[in-house]
Amino acid sequence: MDLFEYQGKQYFARYGIAVSPGDVADSVEEAVAVAERIGYPVVVKAQVKVGGRGKAGGVKLASDVDEVRLHAGNILGLDIKGHVVRRLWIERSSDIAKEYYASFTLDRPNKTHLGMLSAQGGVEIEVVAEENPDAIAFLSIDPVRGLDLETARRWVHEAELDEVAREQAAELLVKLYECYTAGDCDLAEINPLILTPEGRVHALDAKVTLDENASYRHPEWEEYRATETEDPREKRAKEKGLNYIGLDGTVGIIANGAGLAMSTLDVVNQVGGSAANFLDIGGGANADVMAAALEVINSDPKVTSIFVNIFGGITRVDEVAKGVLEALSRVTINSPIVLRLDGTNAVEGRAILAPHLNDRLMTEPTMLDAARRAVSLANA
Amino acid sequence: MSIFVDENTKVIVQGLTGGQGKFHGLRNRDYGTKIVGGVTPGKGGTDVDGIPVFNTVREAVEATGATASFVVVPPRFASAAILEAAEGGITFIVCITEGIPAHDEAVTYNRLVEDFPDVRLLGPNCPGIISPGKCNIGITSGDIALPGGPVGIVSRSGTLTYQALHELSQKGIGQTTCVGIGGDPVPGTNFIDCLAAFQADPETKAVMMIGEIGGSEEERAAEWIKHNMTKPVVAYVAGVTAPPGRKMGHAGAIISGSKGTAQAKMDALAAAGVHVCLNPTEAGEKMVEIVRAL
Repeated sequence: MDLFEYQGKQYFARYGIAVSPGDVADSVEEAVAVAERIGYPVVVKAQVKVGGRGKAGGVKLASDVDEVRLHAGNILGLDIKGHVVRRLWIERSSDIAKEYYASFTLDRPNKTHLGMLSAQGGVEIEVVAEENPDAIAFLSIDPVRGLDLETARRWVHEAELDEVAREQAAELLVKLYECYTAGDCDLAEINPLILTPEGRVHALDAKVTLDENASYRHPEWEEYRATETEDPREKRAKEKGLNYIGLDGTVGIIANGAGLAMSTLDVVNQVGGSAANFLDIGGGANADVMAAALEVINSDPKVTSIFVNIFGGITRVDEVAKGVLEALSRVTINSPIVLRLDGTNAVEGRAILAPHLNDRLMTEPTMLDAARRAVSLANA
Repeated sequence: MSIFVDENTKVIVQGLTGGQGKFHGLRNRDYGTKIVGGVTPGKGGTDVDGIPVFNTVREAVEATGATASFVVVPPRFASAAILEAAEGGITFIVCITEGIPAHDEAVTYNRLVEDFPDVRLLGPNCPGIISPGKCNIGITSGDIALPGGPVGIVSRSGTLTYQALHELSQKGIGQTTCVGIGGDPVPGTNFIDCLAAFQADPETKAVMMIGEIGGSEEERAAEWIKHNMTKPVVAYVAGVTAPPGRKMGHAGAIISGSKGTAQAKMDALAAAGVHVCLNPTEAGEKMVEIVRAL
């Protein structure tokens, strides 16, 4: 789960990381109230989960109440790469002497944590990595040992941060690592991490991605979940415990297992069709789950055929077959359904469906045959 | 021969008294696997369908001589269960648990490497391992596998592992061992571990490898194959049509920026001399061709 900037800053603050004083505002009046409270000049920042806000006019400096009104009014409702701004973050403007970059993420090949620190912040780190890789100090961190202050001190030295910033930066990095690990982040990034002319170091931006597998130990994430803007199809699917991603094609896909679902998308594409979605009903899916999956797909007006691809493992094919019949009895499915059923209890499952097969419900012996049939129906 | 397990491997099930543990543990035993015990704290002295249950892994190992463990416990207890297995003397751990936080996996993996270098962890979030006719630890349906070799299978995805077994068995091609390494960000066993074991196994004559989007394990495997593998490898990578930035079910299956795409993986594998196929059926057909020509 990606956080908005303001949520990332609030998350940082929980771990004692210095951020600019500020607050959220959902209207011009709220923006004015926040600005009056924290003092001018302020920065009015669009809260969207997409890069390039500044260029799109979503970040403006305001030195008095009229400017806050003007900018807040312009930015609220602004469309930035398809993301409409509904919320602002108003914070005290900071004078900037230097901009740095700092982040922690998982180094998957090495199965350790990776810290990246650079004295050249404020620009995209991918650009720095491309043009001047020596400007990034990489630090491999053993997840068992963690990051201590001594190591952080050597790291800021190696990254050639300004002398005056080093001790504060080292302390901040230890806190950021704590936020990253104890806070179960997939990514904790500060760009820019700034040094002010008065010699203070703090986070001017926050990019945080949380590991949803850890949500059971983070009740505080509930408020972040509430602000997630989702495709209505995805929201409905999630409520039913389905792993669904909306796409743009016409063949509705239901499969068990992420790999098989991905593979199903690929095969549909190979035979000339396009998938309307990714939908993994998971392991051990029963009739209820299958019926819910069909209903979610059915609610997508773009779908013109449905391809159900099941390889029973924990999931039993007879349960899947029952779910299909149950869904058909509950709601009118708008598109023809093509099924490919193999694996655990496939024979039983096919037998359950046999009396009900017609030109709206059909089976094919292999994944490839079923994909061809579903695509030809979708394109008909 | 098989890799990592064989017909003599003695297995305990951590979580045998739970619904999933009982279902799969008994299913594995029915397949012929030597399931010699279960572990559930507080339930020592009881049994599950004749399989003795112990309070701790150490007690189970001392009483049964088990060397392998099948971990079937909820995500929040899985890391502790894996470490308990290693501390208790188990050397091969299969963990099927899905949904373990990535930081827990990273700590557990490194603790095993540092304190228990001889222990191999398979998973988490994997279907397990089956050596047809000999041993099945995990959730794979035994009847889709065919004993006798000569193909080894290694796969990152659960259901595609079954699909791969099915494609081969349907065509009368047996498997030496089929290893599902799982789709999580920090897998205990990776492609290279399995490829190296298959390369060293005289009965394995060819290998089928199933990858998916995300990470760079397939690229690393390609590099290893180029320099070390003399046996033919057929590969399929799922997710050619997956959109960037969206997790496709597995925590590890995500295209970040320009990295981790299926195309990049297929290109790397093809450059290493691997037979890259566009779907599981094509991969099965290619393998038939290769095995017939052996």
